[in-house]
Amino acid sequence: MAMGRATRMLIGLMVALLLAPFIGNDYLVSVLILCLFNAYLAQAWNIMMGFAGQLSLGHALYVGLGAYAGGALFFHYGTPPWIGMIVGAAIAALVGGVIGFLGFRFGVKGVYFALLTIAFAEFTRILFDHFTWVGGSSGLYLPVVRADHDNLLLLRGRPAMFYYVILGLSAAVFLICHRILGSRLGYYWRAIREDQDAAQALGIDTFKAKMAAVMLSAALTAVGGVFYAFYTNTLYAESAFAMHRSIELILGAIIGGMGTLFGPILGAFLLTLLGELLTRLAENFGHGFEGVKQIGYGLILLVIIALRREGVWPRLAKRLGLDGEKAS
Amino acid sequence: MSALLAVDGISKSFRGLKAASAVSFELDAGAILGLIGPNGAGKTTVFNMIAGVFPPDEGRVRMDGRDITGKRPDQICRAGIGRTFQIVKPFGGLTVRENVIVGALASCKTVADAEREADRVLDLLGLADKARQPAHALTLPDRKCLEVARALATRPKLLLLDEVMAGLRPTETDRMVAIFRQLNRESGLTILLIEHVMRAVMALAQRIVVLNTGEVIATGTPEEIAADQKVRDCYLGEEAA
Repeated sequence: MAMGRATRMLIGLMVALLLAPFIGNDYLVSVLILCLFNAYLAQAWNIMMGFAGQLSLGHALYVGLGAYAGGALFFHYGTPPWIGMIVGAAIAALVGGVIGFLGFRFGVKGVYFALLTIAFAEFTRILFDHFTWVGGSSGLYLPVVRADHDNLLLLRGRPAMFYYVILGLSAAVFLICHRILGSRLGYYWRAIREDQDAAQALGIDTFKAKMAAVMLSAALTAVGGVFYAFYTNTLYAESAFAMHRSIELILGAIIGGMGTLFGPILGAFLLTLLGELLTRLAENFGHGFEGVKQIGYGLILLVIIALRREGVWPRLAKRLGLDGEKAS
Repeated sequence: MSALLAVDGISKSFRGLKAASAVSFELDAGAILGLIGPNGAGKTTVFNMIAGVFPPDEGRVRMDGRDITGKRPDQICRAGIGRTFQIVKPFGGLTVRENVIVGALASCKTVADAEREADRVLDLLGLADKARQPAHALTLPDRKCLEVARALATRPKLLLLDEVMAGLRPTETDRMVAIFRQLNRESGLTILLIEHVMRAVMALAQRIVVLNTGEVIATGTPEEIAADQKVRDCYLGEEAA
């Protein structure tokens, strides 16, 4: 009964996460928000690379598009972020569709496709840096209200509210991935990832299936971007579309295990906690340790690639007796 | 009665070099046709034009009366043609069963139906006890078998086999031949096979087309082909007689 065991563990984890804000202090909640946010993004990226085998190194593009769509609509018209998420997701899916179309129609594959995704992220960053309607290079600041009561509709409130929102979003994206992986589309994606020619010979319209992966991954990532905008309240094109964000959001999936359901979550938690630890340590030593988090990420990535290429999760799943499960 | 597959004067050049030149043949429903010839004769080129890997420069390919010339491989599959690859292409990270499910999804409405169809095909090909293994762990004969299983799961009317016996031991070849005979007899599966292993071709094919330097040089029953002087000169050699 491997499946029953996995479900029980998942429920246990969910209960622990639901109770966390009652047990921990504000600092713990803020770290967990970061963990869940990174897990959410890693899972969304994993759809494209882990499931369908299409490498994107420019996923900050969709974070930024979502953040600016949700942020600007709220700033100018007071539009609730939940509507901003729909708009942001639609814009990101469209842009992802354009990139996918260019790449897949004209046979831009592998590394060259990844370069295409970077190019789009970079020129969109420069575009938004000069886009005065959303603040240009001086940034976009979302109006902050008194933080002693929570407004879930407008996402204005205390950290605990944001915590439950990102927990809900992460749970939703997990369930979406779980459902799709066992569906016809999930089989198509994994077949394309393993061997595209064989997939096509078995009747799979590879163009359509890859487009679906890019557009869904982009749309879900943009929803995370809207959350980011409302949580941080400040948006700069420099950081929203930053290359290092694109890299960081895929590290979790790589370290945890690409193509698995739990890998991206586990990897994102490990990385975020490590980053937080290193930053705190560096603060205790005063200045001069600016890049310590990035160095830590680099080292852990090196170790993973050298020792456990498939990521941490597959081995851990075996230890926990969950390896019989189809999706893990 | 019109043929299931009609190949009508297809040609292909690569950088000015004629790989196939006005190749024509027909295949009736329920028939088994062998395509043989020395290395570089254009067998794989002809095969790839039928399977939609690349379009012919000239000529048409018709399946069931419908023109399928220049269609994509996935459209060819949906037109009722399944294929195997000479260099096997398993989905290595998926289990054997999942590999076959992917094929079965082409012929089934739901994933549950595809799972049942996959189990049926795995039983048929004797792969059922390896269903849960990852495909990359299979031996070469089993991988060849998996190629066939995946293609069969799409429920083709016509199965294209690209050197599926190459690298198999004689006993394994005989087992494969028996399976194809059974499929042909019981479900009327039409088969086009490219094959170097003459033991298999002679045992399976009712008719044989011989290619040399891109052209059809002989067509006939296995006995006629074995007796044909041109074929013996360029390909079979004297020991085949």
